[in-house]
Amino acid sequence: MIRYLRNRLLLAIPTLLGVATLIFFMLNVLPGDTVETMLRAEGGNPSVELVAAERARLGLDRPLIVQYGDFLAGLATLDLGQSHWTGKPVIEEVMLRLPITLQVAVLSMIVAIAVAVPLGTIAGLYQGSAIDYAIRIFAIGGIALPSFWFGMIIALVMLWSFNWLPPLGSPSLMTDPMRLLQQLILPAIAVGYRYSAILIRMMRSSVIDALHEDYVRTARAKGLRVARIVWRHVVPNSLLPTITMIGLEFALLIGSLVVIEQVFSLNGIGRLFIEAVSRSDFIVIQGIVIVLTVIFITVNLLVDLAYAAIDPRIELG
Amino acid sequence: MRNPFATAVSDGLWTEAPKHSGFLHRYVLGQPLGALGFVLIVAGFAVSLLAPFIAPYDPLATDYGNAVAAPSLAHWLGTDSFGRDLFSRILYGGRTAFLIGVSASFVGCTIGLFVGIASAYIGGWVEMIIERFLEILLAIPITVLALVLVSSLGRNLVYGIDLNLILAIALPIIPKMARVARSQALTIRSQSYIDAAVTLGFSDLRIIFRHMAPNITGPYLVLLTAFISQAILIEASLSYLGLGVTEPTPSWGLMLAGNAFNTAMTAPWIVIFPGVAIAVVVFAFSMFGDALRDALDPKARADR
Repeated sequence: MIRYLRNRLLLAIPTLLGVATLIFFMLNVLPGDTVETMLRAEGGNPSVELVAAERARLGLDRPLIVQYGDFLAGLATLDLGQSHWTGKPVIEEVMLRLPITLQVAVLSMIVAIAVAVPLGTIAGLYQGSAIDYAIRIFAIGGIALPSFWFGMIIALVMLWSFNWLPPLGSPSLMTDPMRLLQQLILPAIAVGYRYSAILIRMMRSSVIDALHEDYVRTARAKGLRVARIVWRHVVPNSLLPTITMIGLEFALLIGSLVVIEQVFSLNGIGRLFIEAVSRSDFIVIQGIVIVLTVIFITVNLLVDLAYAAIDPRIELG
Repeated sequence: MRNPFATAVSDGLWTEAPKHSGFLHRYVLGQPLGALGFVLIVAGFAVSLLAPFIAPYDPLATDYGNAVAAPSLAHWLGTDSFGRDLFSRILYGGRTAFLIGVSASFVGCTIGLFVGIASAYIGGWVEMIIERFLEILLAIPITVLALVLVSSLGRNLVYGIDLNLILAIALPIIPKMARVARSQALTIRSQSYIDAAVTLGFSDLRIIFRHMAPNITGPYLVLLTAFISQAILIEASLSYLGLGVTEPTPSWGLMLAGNAFNTAMTAPWIVIFPGVAIAVVVFAFSMFGDALRDALDPKARADR
């Protein structure tokens, strides 16, 4: 177990290094940077000398390879550099914004799993029936509706029918969890619906596959009650592929989160990212991409651990 | 409720042979959702193409005296806060969505196809480098990668179309297609007709283009359709964030951006219709894609 964890973490390092390198060169080789955008925003057409001076101040006039070395050295000490726009350290800004994004992510996953596991199981058990069709149509909706639009619509519906809008401000998980939940539940439903649609499909087809397995026939033949077969044999075996899907499709969840934060004015990492993109603040952009990749890798590692915890046949070696 | 185990028994061998043997008949009967998707795609495409003839108003014409008007006979879907006719804007927005969605998916899938085949065909250290590179790209979420590219590529407007936006959406698709193409190509490479082609002294390019690529057409078409719906969603998201299509070009995502949400508190049509348009097109492409996959690969049936 410990050895497995160590190996997985060691394997993550080259990927992370690759992502860092790729993003760095993607952002720095191509023309245009934040300096011009920034100086333009201050008004007027900046002179060539002014741009050059500003670039020199930010260290952007150094050879690319030196900047790259600097960037990697920073990464090794968890220093993601300073924003060219605000001058604040990126890691500080990210840590400030990360909690809200992680809270929405966890809540969306809870919503998605809580919806997908029962619905997928029912659809699989009653394959071809009216209820199966109803659930499949529900799942198709999750795939077709853009989550940011769905978020707007549920917010509007809440407003019209209950005259209720999510509270503003930034309530903390420790002191005011109810207010936090009120604030985050709509974005979590909007993103979770899309995520659950994928999980429902996976759960449904795994349940159908499991029903055809020999162990189900054996259980049936020895007279086990249907409810017991479903709970003890079909559902646990179908959960495995579904859990894998949770990890694989987590990237999709991150993508939706970036957009949904804008809809609900949540001050998360997604909004920071959008701000950075519109300002061409490359240091912040590369910092956030690295943090998101770390999260993605971590979630997939956790999924593998959960996999081993649920299925005793799997040994992590 | 029916006994859930009934399906386990009455499956497969006992199903009756289809009464109609024509492909179209079988397809429509066996894949009603896919057929519906196909009809919607054709209809949506036709309507966007014919937008100048169908649209009752100029999509860019503002009419402040008539701003935020509710749906009526004059303005079927109402007007936005600039008094622009929503119905006309949705028709023209369809052009943007189809153009960007189809071209981004086409570019991404086609490059991905050849990268995947080349990687499998050449093998050795080239394959290893390509594989590592694709793995790295796959570790970054598709929307995030598209946003990074939008930022680094900047804009490149040609006839009002942002070519760099298409590229930014296309690039994240490449590794996904390449991975599938590579695994298919690895199987094909070991077939005897490839050995025969090599023995006959055909050039590598000829083997790749004439013998390998055509045999991956099935998965290619399936992914192409699937990624059109993804690309349309990403275009809508980027435009919504103000980082995709720019005003005044009509785009469904852009119609939801800015103040649209606040305006919609009293004028819901402003956000409802563009969203429905996105949903219908995405629905159409994903249903058609699913049906195509089932038709081309009976083993991977999703609705079994």
